[in-house]
Amino acid sequence: MLRKALAPLAILLLIAGGALWLTQPATVDAAEYDDLTGDPERGETVFIAAGCASCHYAPGAEDEARLILSGGQSFETEFGTFRAPNISPSPEAGIGNWMLAEFASAVTLGTAPDGSHYYPAFPYTAYTRLAPQDVADLWTHMQTLPASDAASEPHDLRFPYSIRASLGGWKALYLSDDWVMQDPEDETLERGRQLVEALAHCGECHTPRDALGGLDTSRWLSGAPNPSGDGQIPGISPSELDWSETDIAYYLETGFTPDYDSVGGHMVPVVNNFAQLPESDRQAVAAYLKALPAN
Amino acid sequence: MKTFVVAAAIAALAVPAVAQEFDGQLKARQGQFRILAINLGILGDMAKGETEYDAEAAQASADSIHAVSMINQGPLWPEGSSEADLDGTRAKVEIWENFDDFASKWSDLSAPATNLQEVAATGQEALGPALGQLGNACSACHDEYRASAN
Repeated sequence: MLRKALAPLAILLLIAGGALWLTQPATVDAAEYDDLTGDPERGETVFIAAGCASCHYAPGAEDEARLILSGGQSFETEFGTFRAPNISPSPEAGIGNWMLAEFASAVTLGTAPDGSHYYPAFPYTAYTRLAPQDVADLWTHMQTLPASDAASEPHDLRFPYSIRASLGGWKALYLSDDWVMQDPEDETLERGRQLVEALAHCGECHTPRDALGGLDTSRWLSGAPNPSGDGQIPGISPSELDWSETDIAYYLETGFTPDYDSVGGHMVPVVNNFAQLPESDRQAVAAYLKALPAN
Repeated sequence: MKTFVVAAAIAALAVPAVAQEFDGQLKARQGQFRILAINLGILGDMAKGETEYDAEAAQASADSIHAVSMINQGPLWPEGSSEADLDGTRAKVEIWENFDDFASKWSDLSAPATNLQEVAATGQEALGPALGQLGNACSACHDEYRASAN
């Protein structure tokens, strides 16, 4: 009798245990990174295109101080407040004592060196599409940046989002290194795809999310409510945006729209980053956006 | 009859002024942004390669932009002329809470406008980067002090 009553409980425990085991934080295959040597110059391009500094410099930092990745900027969302951590090369306060493979697990799989999950406010769901060489180049470049000993501040999240283990299930649903655009036709579109879908993580704001906070890729780049609650992030797919390729590339360089209004909000740092990339990269983004199917 | 027509015309002209305070200030500040936009359009079309580069026209536009950057803003932004007080403006109330910062953001236009003036006639390829710097100055202020359009 007792055995009979316990059976469902045992099954439940098995399922729960299995789910936790299946969703435990994943790490990269270290062997893939063992023989890689990073190129700091290529890494700087990855760093700028990925917009790392835009979230990780100290609040209010200007110019050169934006290369000190001490963290501290806050991001208000419906889940609570996220605070960007220190990712400067300081061994104590930052990530200076990490190994390349640990860095790769963090950036592409959202797994910390201590084996816990990162929240997807860190856009590893986009960076997961990066090649190991890109990650190695980025790592090498970031080690050349100034160190900061400022301690990282904790996030301030509402229950149940405060439970990190629950992110395993979320990742099982939404962390995929599949590209949204399949089979880009030429090198320009391939570069545009890498910039939009992986590095510049455009989809994080411009694509709507479903009820669980995962990107709805069937409505890729079609616009979404602003996560900070103020208005709407515009769509940039062909059915939403009628700018020419030249208009898009020029906007990413100067911040001026086709009617010569100036960029605002969170696009300001994005344009600042794109302005530092080669013209061919801005044109690749424009070509990619125009090549998307109208929806 | 003539007197009546003139009187009616004056009355008609007077209506908008009565309808809203600071109408002149609004027109003046929006007019200066319009002058900026028109000249940015001329330079931008050259930078994009949509119109042929013309050193003289580029210089004239850069000079106009620089001239606007020199206009003293104080008299154009009287207390009580924010979007909360008036229709037809996107000026946020924060302007008057941090007027010194607002004024310094306007002064920040000066350096990129001067740079644009110096390079505009030197060649088409100089325009993009110079306009980018100017765009940064525009954004820095719009970001904090201009309400969104929707």
